[in-house]
Amino acid sequence: MIELSGVSKRYGEVEALRNVNLGIKGGEVFAVVGNSGAGKTTLLRVISMLETDFSGKYVFRGIDARSNPEKVRRRVTMVFQNPVMFRTSVFDNVAYGLRIRGINGSELEERVEKVLEFLGILDLADKNARKLSGGEKQRVAIARALVIDADVYALDEPTANLDAENVRIIESAIKEMRKRGKTIVLATHNLFQARRLSDRTAYMENGEIVEVGETKKLFESPEDERTRRFIEGDLYL
Amino acid sequence: MAWEYIAEGVAGALRLVLSGNPELFDIAFRSIRVSGIAAMLAAIIGIPIGVVMGLSRFRGRSLVKSVFNAMLGIPTVVMGLILYLFLAPAGPLGSLGLLYTEMGISFGQMLLILPIVVSFTASSIESVEGEIRDLVLTLGAGRLQAMIKTVEEAISGIILSVIAAFNRAIAELGIALMVGGNIFVRGGEMNTRVLTTSIQMYVARGEIEFAIALGTVLLAIVFAVTALSNYLQRKWVSL
Ligand SMILES: Nc1ncnc2c1ncn2[C@@H]1O[C@H](COP(=O)(O)OP(=O)(O)OP(=O)(O)O)[C@@H](O)[C@H]1O
Ligand SMILES: [Mg+2]
Repeated sequence: MIELSGVSKRYGEVEALRNVNLGIKGGEVFAVVGNSGAGKTTLLRVISMLETDFSGKYVFRGIDARSNPEKVRRRVTMVFQNPVMFRTSVFDNVAYGLRIRGINGSELEERVEKVLEFLGILDLADKNARKLSGGEKQRVAIARALVIDADVYALDEPTANLDAENVRIIESAIKEMRKRGKTIVLATHNLFQARRLSDRTAYMENGEIVEVGETKKLFESPEDERTRRFIEGDLYL
Repeated sequence: MAWEYIAEGVAGALRLVLSGNPELFDIAFRSIRVSGIAAMLAAIIGIPIGVVMGLSRFRGRSLVKSVFNAMLGIPTVVMGLILYLFLAPAGPLGSLGLLYTEMGISFGQMLLILPIVVSFTASSIESVEGEIRDLVLTLGAGRLQAMIKTVEEAISGIILSVIAAFNRAIAELGIALMVGGNIFVRGGEMNTRVLTTSIQMYVARGEIEFAIALGTVLLAIVFAVTALSNYLQRKWVSL
């Protein structure tokens, strides 16, 4: 589905991604873990083609992403670390992606209501999206991405700073998305979450992918010393 | 003694307002009309410029921005003088025949407040631009759809800038005086007397009651517009 080869991205002096080589398969949940500043968000932004000024090659379903950014963006949707709400109702926030695709009327209504229901926020439909709690906003952000039925979802820390109930709802949404054949790239600080949800995991440090592997294997017997230190530090300290 | 003088003035002014003095209302409506047209013209011209400045990253953009920012503080008397020179019969724009007309004042005030509309529009766009653009693009919008949504999200700031611009226009004296000329003939068609120019004139003549009455009306208009703007702002901030 996604093939990155030799991808590097600089922000001025900072090398946010260094020579990233990565393949993500269709239908898998792929976790990206690493400390703050490791480059997780930057990697997701490249995958979503919100960052187009990178070096190296990015092939999405056989097409060169850099020469078809809009095509990629229609199939890959990112949910940001800090959810941004439009100044409209919850319903209109979620409906936006369908409206720009020319979907209106009863089809629009049905599809929006279905995802709102799925995320347990149907009763908030008429509320002002900017006035919601953090967890509710994050659920709206996920609903807004889900409704457009993309192929790949890049979820950036979707449960950071949320309470257990919101975490449970969002994690079950991710599992359901996987069942429906969606490809999910999940950036997270939370190793337990990566373990619970993902098929494969990449460990990042300083813009580099240190190690990629089956999640179970990576957590139980990491090959790289740096990965081991990160996992042990996080799981047992 | 000193206070009596003011109290008498206020009492007289109150009588004038309450009796519905036709001259007073004629002047007030002209002020609103002239500055309202100025604000509308400034909106029609300034909003597109501000939107382009807020959205695009062309070279020299910061220079254009600082020019408009510098023009925010231009003294109205200097603006009035420059406009007079341009619009006077012998001036480069003399043939337009705008000197000593209502339209002339509107035109001058439009130039005065254009920088307000442009600067504030550009900053409201910039304040939402980054995150809204990313969000809209990742939801599958094209460039044009992204621009439209960004402007939509910034619309409250844009409308507030036009309201602020109207308030600056209606309260200024220099342009109205030098370009308008404070002409007033009872029943005349070519009158250019507005609130600020007449206040200045009545004070100069010592007709303090009329000046206070006009001043009160001007304040009332400015307060009402400010209250509207605060109300909208509160409504939008929560939105
Ligand atoms: N727009 C930007 N301008 C400049 N530097 C940036 C920008 N975005 C990211 N960086 C830098 O790039 C590096 C990687 O940042 P990134 O946000 O990808 O890390 P992250 O792994 O997502 O961190 P976190 O876990 O804190 O979200 C950091 O050093 C960061 O300071
Ligand atoms: Mg991040």
